[in-house]
Amino acid sequence: MNPSKPPVRRSGAMSASIAGEDQRTVKAPLGHALVDVAREDERIIGLSADLAKYTDMHIFRDAMPDRFYQAGMAEQVLMGMTTGLAMEGFVPFTSTYSVFATRRAYDFICLDIAEPNLNANFVCALPGLTTGYGPSHQATEDIAILRGMPNLTIIDPCDALDIAQAVPQMASSEGPTYMRLLRGNVPLVLDEYDYEFQLGKAALLRPGADVLFISSGLMTERTLEAAKRLAEDRIDVAVLHVPTIKPFDAATVLRELAADRLVISAENHSVVGGLGESVASTMATGGVARKFLQVGLPDQFLEAGALETLHERYGLDVDSLISTVKNNIG
Amino acid sequence: MLDTTGVSDERLLRLREAALRIRENSLIQAEVQGQGYIGQALGVSDILAALYTDQMRFRPEEPEWEHRDRCLLSIGHYALALYAALVEAKVLPFEELESYAADDSRLPMSSMSTYTPGVEISGGSLGHGLGIAVGIALGLRRKDSDSHVFNILSDGELGEGSTWEAALEAAQHQLSNITAVVDFNGLQADGPSQDMLSTEPVDEKFRAFGWEAIRVDGNDPAQIVLGLEALRANQDQPGVLICNTKVGKGVPMLEDREKLHFMRVAEDEWTQARAQLKEVFDNESK
Repeated sequence: MNPSKPPVRRSGAMSASIAGEDQRTVKAPLGHALVDVAREDERIIGLSADLAKYTDMHIFRDAMPDRFYQAGMAEQVLMGMTTGLAMEGFVPFTSTYSVFATRRAYDFICLDIAEPNLNANFVCALPGLTTGYGPSHQATEDIAILRGMPNLTIIDPCDALDIAQAVPQMASSEGPTYMRLLRGNVPLVLDEYDYEFQLGKAALLRPGADVLFISSGLMTERTLEAAKRLAEDRIDVAVLHVPTIKPFDAATVLRELAADRLVISAENHSVVGGLGESVASTMATGGVARKFLQVGLPDQFLEAGALETLHERYGLDVDSLISTVKNNIG
Repeated sequence: MLDTTGVSDERLLRLREAALRIRENSLIQAEVQGQGYIGQALGVSDILAALYTDQMRFRPEEPEWEHRDRCLLSIGHYALALYAALVEAKVLPFEELESYAADDSRLPMSSMSTYTPGVEISGGSLGHGLGIAVGIALGLRRKDSDSHVFNILSDGELGEGSTWEAALEAAQHQLSNITAVVDFNGLQADGPSQDMLSTEPVDEKFRAFGWEAIRVDGNDPAQIVLGLEALRANQDQPGVLICNTKVGKGVPMLEDREKLHFMRVAEDEWTQARAQLKEVFDNESK
């Protein structure tokens, strides 16, 4: 083997960990949070369609087997079961992959759950680019699909803290919710900030005079990291975390847009129909004009490969964020 | 076909009279609309009479009573027949029928749970009802409820794969508290079902999926009630009653008309239709 040749990167398990080496993580935060909520609220029911193990629902299944339903590989009836249980007064948490919930079962979520505004909650793994398996598993457009669905709340958590704090709020809020689930060893980031998850609210994690990042999901971890590194170059970067994509906290976003800074949205999702476009329309309808850039996945079917390679290729990594700032500031 | 000698004349007459009123109620709505799904409504009336006046437990004054039996109409375009039955069941007032499909009415063309008391689900996008029935049946079982879940679906709806996902699921969980009722009228939007995506033999398919299946004349109230009772006696499996029905049943001029999914009736024909309905009823009740 030629020692100078870089090691070949390969696709890992289907849901490769997004956590970097030596990073603080929490194991299966969704599963544990759901068990905690369910101990207090007997209405909580868990369901999955042959993906309990890959959505951290197995933690709930094993802790409360009589409150879990296995639908088998049948996402349409999974939604039917969710609907019927919600109609009977239970509070379902239903897990599968984002691609299957949004692409295959859309009609069932839309008409049976969102229209009557049932309290049903979807916790769906592999959002955006969190697997190297290619378009069959990469939910690069899940937010774009779901944003047009009335009544649905869409949550894009950054880390284990967001997930743990969102679950009880999903359970107690009226109407359906959809969470872009991070599973497995999930990074713990936001405990270092004066922050708590509030459904429907954006939160300023750090102030900054030169640049404003508006980010959601795992990209908030990266905008925070980019901001730290840019500070070394005396570039003062603010980070506004928007964990609830819908309803969109336009008031907070407009408040942050009041100062004239370079504005960059960053999302683990297609640049079509997600956070970036929500920011753009908020800016336009709010009568604010700022220099604005969108960081997100291109409007393409993405390639298969190692997750790290793909994040670099499509510009979701910290270095790309830093370059984007440096190339556009001043 | 079932031996119906066990159904008393009195009970049969009661069922037939209820079905007659449901047909009359459907005609009222179809006339104000001037057109529509009257053929299907007339065909399914005997099924609705059996469910709402003989088989189901409910409180007319309390449509969301916890201990009611649930009847889910998947086929939203049959809404006028369901409203007709809900009037017969005294859940809806008779006077409201004339508001069918009008602006701001509680009785939209396609049935929706959010609009109408007594309507359990929003139908219309076919292939949803049976899956929801599975969820409700699981929920009822969790609550130790003996309420039963009925799902009225159409033979055309059996083309939807989601119906068969639900059929598998109901059998997997041994949901004997579900009875599916298939209105098998052999007619779909583009023509006869058998020319498009034939689902026959439907009863054998359901049996292969783990259900008890009974096939009856869906315009014979005695066969319908006996079939429903036989299925409910099964404590281990979900049941399906496949009802062969006739589009336009009870009104010969509509029975004989070219079979259309969305039937048009001239303004001066409604009086004649009502007269024929009464005439057929009188003849059959002799």
